[in-house]
Amino acid sequence: MLVINNLKATISGKNILKGISLKVKPGEIHAIMGPNGSGKSTLAAVLAGREFVEVTEGTVTYLGKDLLSMSPEERAKEGIFLGFQYPIEIPGVSMVNFMKTAVNEHRKHKGLDPLSASDFLKLMREKKEMVEIDSKLANRSVNEGFSGGEKKKNEIFQMAMLEPRLAILDETDSGLDIDALRIVANGVNKIKRPDNSFIVITHYQRLLDYIVPDVVHVLYDGRIVKTAGKELALELEEKGYDWIKKEVENSILA
Amino acid sequence: MNGKSETTEKYLKLYHDNIDKISDNSAPYLNSFREEAFGRFSELGIPTKKDEAYKYTNLSLFFDHDYASYFIPDAADFEKAEEFRCDISDMDTHGIVLLNGFYPTINEKLRQLPSGVWIGSLNAAAKKFPEIIEKHYGKYAHTDTDGLVHLNTAMASDGIFVYVPEGVILSKPVQVVNLVQAEVDSFSQHRNLIIVEKRAEFSIIICDHTLSPKKFLTNAVTEIFVGEDAHFDIIRVQNEHNAACKITHTFIHQERNSVASSNNMTLHGGLIRNSTYHYLGGEGAESHSFGLFLADKWQHVDNFVNVDHAFPHCTSNQLFKGVLDDMSTGTFNGRIYVRPDAQGTLAYQKNNNILLTDDAKMDTKPQLEIYADDVKCSHGATVGQLDGDALFYLQSRGINKREARLMLMFGFAHEVIQNIKIEPLRDRMDNLVMQRLRGELSRCASCMVKCG
Repeated sequence: MLVINNLKATISGKNILKGISLKVKPGEIHAIMGPNGSGKSTLAAVLAGREFVEVTEGTVTYLGKDLLSMSPEERAKEGIFLGFQYPIEIPGVSMVNFMKTAVNEHRKHKGLDPLSASDFLKLMREKKEMVEIDSKLANRSVNEGFSGGEKKKNEIFQMAMLEPRLAILDETDSGLDIDALRIVANGVNKIKRPDNSFIVITHYQRLLDYIVPDVVHVLYDGRIVKTAGKELALELEEKGYDWIKKEVENSILA
Repeated sequence: MNGKSETTEKYLKLYHDNIDKISDNSAPYLNSFREEAFGRFSELGIPTKKDEAYKYTNLSLFFDHDYASYFIPDAADFEKAEEFRCDISDMDTHGIVLLNGFYPTINEKLRQLPSGVWIGSLNAAAKKFPEIIEKHYGKYAHTDTDGLVHLNTAMASDGIFVYVPEGVILSKPVQVVNLVQAEVDSFSQHRNLIIVEKRAEFSIIICDHTLSPKKFLTNAVTEIFVGEDAHFDIIRVQNEHNAACKITHTFIHQERNSVASSNNMTLHGGLIRNSTYHYLGGEGAESHSFGLFLADKWQHVDNFVNVDHAFPHCTSNQLFKGVLDDMSTGTFNGRIYVRPDAQGTLAYQKNNNILLTDDAKMDTKPQLEIYADDVKCSHGATVGQLDGDALFYLQSRGINKREARLMLMFGFAHEVIQNIKIEPLRDRMDNLVMQRLRGELSRCASCMVKCG
């Protein structure tokens, strides 16, 4: 589904990603962990198409296509979804109007007619129930005045509405209490199918108690320094990141 | 020349040439203000950029022009106005159609609505209800600095009168459709008086349209009295062509525990200046001043707001927004004046503007003068581009960039529109603004003039 090959990227001239390679197959959940400043969010930004990150080397192939040549909206319509670490408040734009426009753009891309008003509201209702989001939130302006937890739940709701093939969740768990965390994780588990994939970027292991990854990568200083199964997350939880840092430094010295 | 500008001299002459004709038709009480007002006007003159309150607005473009007519209404003028129908079909209103600010003379000049409400011609009302007029006329339009208000008092002969007696709640709004039409370049001045007595509730919508492609200059004064515990809303929808200049001065006088709002929606016009004065003249009064404008080409839109907290425990709120395209320019000047006795004042002001091009320009100036101690006051002004993060957020959900920009601009504008309480009008404004942002014409379907 996604093949990242030797990806290097800079932000304002500073090297952030220093050669990342990664393969995600359909139905897989990959967790990307790592200390602060290791490049996790930059990787998510590159995949979603943010302009402030400049790709200097490497390729990203998504479903056989060159992802880096696509605009952010094309990527979204091809099935990529980014769950934001800091969702944006947009006063004056209603959730209903926002989602209706987005869903119908996706439908247009697939050659389908726009949903009727009643079918759209029905879909909203179903997905709201599915991800246990408060009904009232959907009647407000996009994220305006939402609490941190509500914003993250709203990301999961949007994901449910758009049914992506590849969802990248950028620290969706940060700032969540345990109940909100469970709702977010349950949302992901309900949306998961054999033909879609997730990249879950997280700082802590606790989200992975609820979303069980197939593969865990550790990102450090712009490189993936370790890849293993879900047990790696537990090890990190227990020992922290220092031993990884040491391993990396030792290997450089050696 | 006595140091007066050539422009001002022209209007002094205009007064002398027309004052007999104006006075002959006007109620004596209206005439009793003219001489003094004329005196004040001759001292102050037509405002120039040297006047602080007009620093960024060049009136000379319109005031230097020679208008072929000074508009004094005549029965024959009104036939076309009577044919005009507004197309907001699901809006249930008491309608008035005005021509160049004046009430038609072919039907009854004053109309009585249920519960003793009167709407119609100010001049006719001044003859029929002298005691009401004498209590309110000329009592609220105070200014020591703006000569245009005095010019209006000196020369205006008519306009709208609305009287809502004590305790009466008018569930339907009054809608005034003000058509500007003449076959020659024209200057007109009208004068409105709206009285909302104790515990009454009332809202008025004023729609300004131009119907012929001539150059127009309008200088209008509206005085509004909002009695104790009364509720009042005024919404202006300005949609005129680029050769039209509209100057409005609205004075809202509020008594104790009253709630009043003003909303200036400027969709189109050559040069627009809206001065809104809120006088909080009793404890617990609450005022809201809203404004939205969309400008392009060489348009200029100037909003001037003066909120006077004269009594304790009053609340005021200002929210003004502008979207400026091409080489259009805009000005916002918001003054909050808190007098020494006005303890417990809450006063808020927000002015946000989006510049869509490098050539568009916006000047914004908050002016806070606070002489009381126990005051909560906040103000903020921004001039900038669309938020890049918000744009990306929409795009990342599959919405193309052009549509995402439109959604953001619409959302920006909607924050002002959502304060309109009359639902069909709110929906209509949303629609008009969306059309305007898409570059389609925002004129109402039945309007005969292409505002382009």
